[in-house]
Amino acid sequence: MDSGALLPILALVPFIGALFPALMIRAGRDACALMTGVATLLAFAMLMTMAPAVFRGEVLQAQIEWLPALGLSASFFLDGLGFLFAGMILGVGLLIILYARFYLSSDDPMGQFYTYLLLFQGAMLGIVTSDNVLLLLVFWELTSLSSFLLIGYWKHLPEGRQGARMALAVTGGGGLALIGGMLILGNIAGSYDLTVILTKGDEIRASEWYFPALILILLGAFTKSAQFPFHFWLPHAMAAPTPVSAYLHSATMVKAGVFLLARLWPVLAGTPEWFYIVATTGLITMVLGALIALFKDDLKALLAFSTVSHLGLLTMLLGLGTKFGVVAAVFHIINHLTFKAALFMSAGIVDHEAHTRDIKRLGGLRRLMPITTVIACLAALSMAGIPLLNGFLSKEMMLEAVSQTEWWENPLFVPVLATVGALLSVAYSFRFIFHTFFGPVRDDYPSKPHDPSFGMWAAPAFLVVLVIAIGLFSKATVGPLVAVAADAVYGGGKAPYYSLKIWHGVTPALWMSVIAVIGGIVLMVLHKPLAWVWNAVPRPEAKVIFEWLLDRIVRLCRAIAEATHNGSITRYLAIFAVGTVALGYIAWSGGGMTPATRDPLAVTPLAAIGWLLLVGATGYLVTIHHNRFRALIVISIIGLMVSAGFVYLSAPDLALTQISVETVTILLLLLALYFLPKETPRESPAWLRLRDGAIALISGGAVAALAYAFMLRDVSVISDFHLANSYKGGGGTNVVNVILVDFRGYDTYGEIIVLGIAGLTIFALMESLLRGKASARLRNWTFAPNTSLDRHPIMMVVATRFLFPIACLVGVYIFLRGHNEPGGGFVAGLVVSIALLMQYMASGFAWAQRKQTVEYHSMIGLGVIIAGLTGAGAWLAGRPFLTSAFGYVNLPPIEEFELATAALFDLGVFLAVLGAVMLTLYSLSRIARHAGETVNPRPMDYDPSRRMRSGQEGM
Amino acid sequence: MEMIVASSVGILTAGGVYLLLRQRTFPVILGLALLSYAVNVFLFSSGRLAVGLPPVLNKYAETAYTDPLPQALVLTAIVISFGMTAVLVMIALGAYLESAEDGVNIDLKRPDIDDDEDEPTGPMSAP
Repeated sequence: MDSGALLPILALVPFIGALFPALMIRAGRDACALMTGVATLLAFAMLMTMAPAVFRGEVLQAQIEWLPALGLSASFFLDGLGFLFAGMILGVGLLIILYARFYLSSDDPMGQFYTYLLLFQGAMLGIVTSDNVLLLLVFWELTSLSSFLLIGYWKHLPEGRQGARMALAVTGGGGLALIGGMLILGNIAGSYDLTVILTKGDEIRASEWYFPALILILLGAFTKSAQFPFHFWLPHAMAAPTPVSAYLHSATMVKAGVFLLARLWPVLAGTPEWFYIVATTGLITMVLGALIALFKDDLKALLAFSTVSHLGLLTMLLGLGTKFGVVAAVFHIINHLTFKAALFMSAGIVDHEAHTRDIKRLGGLRRLMPITTVIACLAALSMAGIPLLNGFLSKEMMLEAVSQTEWWENPLFVPVLATVGALLSVAYSFRFIFHTFFGPVRDDYPSKPHDPSFGMWAAPAFLVVLVIAIGLFSKATVGPLVAVAADAVYGGGKAPYYSLKIWHGVTPALWMSVIAVIGGIVLMVLHKPLAWVWNAVPRPEAKVIFEWLLDRIVRLCRAIAEATHNGSITRYLAIFAVGTVALGYIAWSGGGMTPATRDPLAVTPLAAIGWLLLVGATGYLVTIHHNRFRALIVISIIGLMVSAGFVYLSAPDLALTQISVETVTILLLLLALYFLPKETPRESPAWLRLRDGAIALISGGAVAALAYAFMLRDVSVISDFHLANSYKGGGGTNVVNVILVDFRGYDTYGEIIVLGIAGLTIFALMESLLRGKASARLRNWTFAPNTSLDRHPIMMVVATRFLFPIACLVGVYIFLRGHNEPGGGFVAGLVVSIALLMQYMASGFAWAQRKQTVEYHSMIGLGVIIAGLTGAGAWLAGRPFLTSAFGYVNLPPIEEFELATAALFDLGVFLAVLGAVMLTLYSLSRIARHAGETVNPRPMDYDPSRRMRSGQEGM
Repeated sequence: MEMIVASSVGILTAGGVYLLLRQRTFPVILGLALLSYAVNVFLFSSGRLAVGLPPVLNKYAETAYTDPLPQALVLTAIVISFGMTAVLVMIALGAYLESAEDGVNIDLKRPDIDDDEDEPTGPMSAP
């Protein structure tokens, strides 16, 4: 079990390796390929250390808890099936890395290629070693994503981009279905661990959710493995560089679907649903893929459809639901890998050397490229199922498996179709051989072909050696692997009788094989007239249908987006308001409203007058909002009434805050309005105002109803704790203030930071404004001619000077008493800033600015730092952040007063609020100065420009 | 009393929403201010209403108090809504100074901002 610990590292190695190629490419292409190869080799070596345990039949496991609450853990396991696939992924990966080094031209970004390749390799390795199905799903989607990158590697080719998008849409869509299926499966089994799920086969098959889960999982597997009717993406993915086609589309990614079928075979297989859906789909795919392959002229397209056909074969074998079928499938997975990867690489060599893959433009390559010819022909013969090669053995096994299969009580249906599939497979394999390599040498190849360098044909040659070795000595070479992998698929028990011999005697399978070979050759000979017929018959083109469908979906989405997000924020807000009310209505109509538990308070005449003022002011504001100055005056009435309401309803702190914020806000709006149009044009048509009015009334009514319902019902509150501990624990009797600076000090700390950021944002906005287009506009600003000659009335100057120390003292008083009486840092900050603003208003900006000694920015920073340090001070006493301490000091002649760290915190709040408010208004007034408003260096001054002009007039 | 507070919240919301749906920045800011009042009062009212029971502890007598927690939350909310209004005012001002327009909506139908680009479709060689 020790070597199981290596599993997570094994799955990680390719991902870590993916970091290097992009860096190593600077050291040259060889170094880049070598580094990629080393990463893969390392993983392969790690896998091999686990081989002995796997062949002993052990299941290696490793688990790292990740999100246990979601049932998600990074757990891995390796059994025979996982070992087989991991070996294939890494082994073929090594060959592909070698092949790609020579295949990619110097214009291609090789670092990128190898990075994508390793990402893909890691994702595949993850799929086959994941124990947790959620983890498996993550890797599953990762393969879709990384294969998207690989298929679209040649970004300049539209075919590449379109093929990549199609592959992603189909496999990604299937992946979504798979997520649903796997979650159902996990729910039935009560665990998301595959090792647990695999033991619950009977339970899952008996569940009423079995069928939906099956359909969803099959959707995932069929899209990935290009089964009919999702087969269309695979040929289009052939726009990828050939190493990608050889790796993804013969050996690994498309086999992921087959892997999933095999992995879940013990829990899903054995039911009629499984047989009829899986076996039939596989059978159709097998025959259809082979038929289309026969008439393709592009070498890679031919191989792609042949892959579709062979994947169909594998799916059908697993669909049979018999152990013998499983053995045949596992054996064929190995064989298909060897010959198909070799064939893809050979096709890539032909393409690379002759600069074309079109069979019609090829032929006679036998004399020009002898080595490639030998490799390709042996691999193709194996694909055709000719004796002494490995393809023959597994094809015989397949025919043997189907020869006794009844389909809807029809004993001939499956065997006949399987024979037809094999026959077509012989035909296209021979076409591949004869029309490419045999026949007369031509003199019109786009480029004169010759055998490539050793590096390029080494990988396919190695695979062909395997083809022959397995074909001749299957028992010795892959016998144990097939046994252990098949055993892992059907989950132990007695192995079925099978033998990996070449000669089984005269069996039905042999006769079917003979028929297939003879029929295939006949078809090959008759290819020309048959192709004529094939091309004359109209067929539905999958790509056209797919694009039509895609176009429809895009149009639908676009219509929805354009109807809702048309650039009008008014529309979003309207939709938002209506949507919120609708959601509220749905929640309300669901019932669950308890009867009212509180008696309403009596209405006093005072409250009624306040209400009338508020309602009247709001209504008036809405009707006259076009006159912006008047609207500001009216809105301040509303603010005043809200503050009065707070006073009346036992919230003195709120009232203080509201009224000071009110003052600052109105000042701010007045300053801004100076530079904005003074009138809002009446531009909304009547129907729009009516519609907005209706929305407003509905929203208002809903909120009113909600508030009313809420106020009359009791709910459990946590405030009793605050009331009880405010004095004992926080040392203050003003519970609101103690909550702010103590109980919920963290919130307050965050809030002053937000406020500081808002102030700084405004300052920054202003800075950039004054540098941009607005700057020129401001410089040409003409001030309204009706400004007062007496800008700083002497009465006001004197009054504010006199008031300033008093106002500041009030601020200090409010701050100091805050802990025990209404007040505190927030209010004090606002009060002091109002005192300062009065100076600005009365004596002018320049004069007031010159008196300023501390920058407002630093004031914000200082406030936050003081608050933070006060909080951190608690650490020194070994307490959590912001724990407050307090004590009482008796300092005669003043009466006993309290010293609390909370007061220090409140000082931080005070400074931050003061700084933020002042910075905001300071930023705004800078606009005015930038616009060329004259400033007065001394207080109580006339507008200098005015005086000059009047003086001139006098002369 | 509850009716008075609830209807005030409703009217403030209605006025706020109506002004929010206007086409110019200034009424939208006013609408947001009204909506802030409404939200603050609503949050405050979630502590239930009480007259003459401020949450300032009385050292000398056992009395009832109103719920202090919503008050503390609303207090910071008032200050934060000032910050929000200020940022919004500045954005509105900047937009107006930059473009001499104070409308809030973008007309996507205008040709100069239509950036609808379809992927170029090359000739396809069907495999």
